[in-house]
Amino acid sequence: MNIKEKIKTLLNENEVCLFMKGTPDAPQCGFSMAVSNVLKHLEVKFKGINVLEDENLRQGVKDFSDWPTIPQLYVKGEFIGGCDIVKEMFEKGELKEILKKKSLI
Amino acid sequence: MSMTAKEITDLIKESLPDATVEIKDLMGDNNHYSAKITSEKFNGKSKIEQHKLVYKSLKGKMGNELHALTITTEGK
Repeated sequence: MNIKEKIKTLLNENEVCLFMKGTPDAPQCGFSMAVSNVLKHLEVKFKGINVLEDENLRQGVKDFSDWPTIPQLYVKGEFIGGCDIVKEMFEKGELKEILKKKSLI
Repeated sequence: MSMTAKEITDLIKESLPDATVEIKDLMGDNNHYSAKITSEKFNGKSKIEQHKLVYKSLKGKMGNELHALTITTEGK
């Protein structure tokens, strides 16, 4: 399976998917921690995928979304944004709305 | 590796000449910045598209020479 297919499979299997450095319980970067904490706060079930364990995945997900940084949040296969966008959407209440609309919370 | 605030501003303005760029060096280490960017080019675009325009203006330096840049974008 090539890396693009692997990412698609991950997105199909996990409705809320966060590509991050470290894990939700032990994040290894402040930006990854921030997004992980937002999702925990909203009490949405999500899958944290540690890109530090797989260099191919780390680069692959950047190519997949044409986005140069980690973390990256996906909801039902759709790229939502990185740390800045997710935080801004959370502060404006937009993230909660999206998750509610998609019946994830 | 790191970049100065001026280098970042110059790159952004090269791609977005009308942009207002406010840069803060968050830790004084030339490596962790925040940037507030306002440009007409952002009008009618999603946040993802707006941030991508900024990343493209940095010509691949984001995530490499430049470790951390917090971006806020707004249309004009």
